[in-house]
Amino acid sequence: MKLLVPFKRVPDQASAPSLDGTTGGRWIINPFDEIALEEALRMKERGEATEVIGVTIASAAAEEQIRAALAMGLDRAIRVDDERTLDPYAVAQILTAVVRLEKPDLVIMGKQAVDDDSGQVGQMLAGRLSWPQATCISKASFLNGGKQIECTRETDRGMEVIRVDLPAVITADLRLNEPRYVSLPGLLKARRRPIELLTTEQLGVTVQSRTTVIEVQPTPRRRSGTRVQSVEDLLIRLRQEEKLF
Amino acid sequence: MSSTIPTLVIIEHDGRAPKRSSLGAITLARQLGPAYGLVVIGSAVASVAESLRQYGAIAVLTADDPALNETLADRHAEVITQLAKRSGASTVLATATSYTKDLLPRVAALLDAPMATDVVALAEHNEAQCFKRLLNAGRLSATVRLDGAVRVLSARGTAFPPPAPGDTACPVENFPVDASALPRGTQFVSRERPVSTRPDFAEARIIVSGGRPLKDKENFDRLIGGLADDLGGAVGATRAAVDAGMAANQCQIGQTAATVAPELYIAIGISGAVQHMAGIMDSKVIVAINRDPDAPIFQVATYGLVGDLNEIVPRLRQAIRP
Repeated sequence: MKLLVPFKRVPDQASAPSLDGTTGGRWIINPFDEIALEEALRMKERGEATEVIGVTIASAAAEEQIRAALAMGLDRAIRVDDERTLDPYAVAQILTAVVRLEKPDLVIMGKQAVDDDSGQVGQMLAGRLSWPQATCISKASFLNGGKQIECTRETDRGMEVIRVDLPAVITADLRLNEPRYVSLPGLLKARRRPIELLTTEQLGVTVQSRTTVIEVQPTPRRRSGTRVQSVEDLLIRLRQEEKLF
Repeated sequence: MSSTIPTLVIIEHDGRAPKRSSLGAITLARQLGPAYGLVVIGSAVASVAESLRQYGAIAVLTADDPALNETLADRHAEVITQLAKRSGASTVLATATSYTKDLLPRVAALLDAPMATDVVALAEHNEAQCFKRLLNAGRLSATVRLDGAVRVLSARGTAFPPPAPGDTACPVENFPVDASALPRGTQFVSRERPVSTRPDFAEARIIVSGGRPLKDKENFDRLIGGLADDLGGAVGATRAAVDAGMAANQCQIGQTAATVAPELYIAIGISGAVQHMAGIMDSKVIVAINRDPDAPIFQVATYGLVGDLNEIVPRLRQAIRP
């Protein structure tokens, strides 16, 4: 059972976002992708999978995050060399080509990237491959000797359980697991491990983003209002000034 | 199909009636142009379709088959893609919900189309139709252009009010479904439907929401649930509260969970982390009750009360009840 974990590097969310996509601070592995990677590693540790391959589409600047993923426990790491900021449409096409090359049984990735919040790539990948999908999962268990995976999904209508036939694409939600910390010896060892490099030419993909960003603005911030001193004071405001009840 | 329908709006429903938040997408469709169709997919959807006839569409398009009874993305996406191709649609859109977030990107891929998530407004640039969408936990908005013959959009529910029904009724056109040709790789097993008498987020005028400091489920239910019931409101929660088992996952509000915009949002024991604020930024009035005077939520709350929620909330409940 071969697992493919696409991951994206994103600016550390603790710092305020900049308008041009750069960051004065740190970059991290997208938290949801990290959760997906953790799940893949646990599947391997339980003997349910034999190989966990990570893939990211990025310039060489992503090396630190790729090493962190290797240190968590990837068997192999692939970097598709592309420094462009790609939209989900383009990312899904490149990942489709990687899947056709690597032939994994399951793709597991985060449900959304926390910088972009589009939440599209997993579903687009599944659609392009004509594979079933299970998104926003909080639990996953293999069934029928690995032919199916049963997933619990967190939805706005409650928890939903579905079964999908493999090969499939599943996307991780927050409560799927808590990712392991990487040890210092692990990080040091990861420095010596190879990172496989692929180009889009090698993958046979020429794709452009179909989303053109015209401009990015900060959203208007709410301003702070009034401090009230008591419950009674609060109720007067809500009743008389806001006429809420 | 009688004519081209340039915009298709996917309407979510529970088998009996359309979901109210779904109707907001009609408002966005109207901003794109007067010609749009409303799409209802499922099983035994005739009454849902009937109730949509007065929303100014060219037609209500239905695909009705037991194989579509559950909201399985692979089956629904296949059907919507066929409908989009048959109607020559250049835009497919819906209000962003769990269903449409699962479904629409797959539809986009099947139509070889780009998609913009969480659209809050239309914009124009160099005479091209553009879309304003939110990203980075709602801290940024991007104006984007989507290139190609077809595009897919999800509309942020709080940005588009549902329209009122009109006087004229459009036809309902039902499309035969070849169930044997539908994808069969997904099986529905179960859904936990928590029974609630409280309004859902899209309907609630008031939402009472709690964070980790509520300590346990019993306390959460008593203080947050109790106050919500006193006010006839809905119950919300932070990620931390849901993680700790104090509230069900569909109560979670934030960047990667529900987005709300009630008239009154009462945040109790909530510090105001960026990820939570992303879900409440469009609320009309925000009240914050927190022990920590430096909690970030006080920077955005309309009214802030510093103090112990275990004392304040019972007093509030006492003062409200007749």
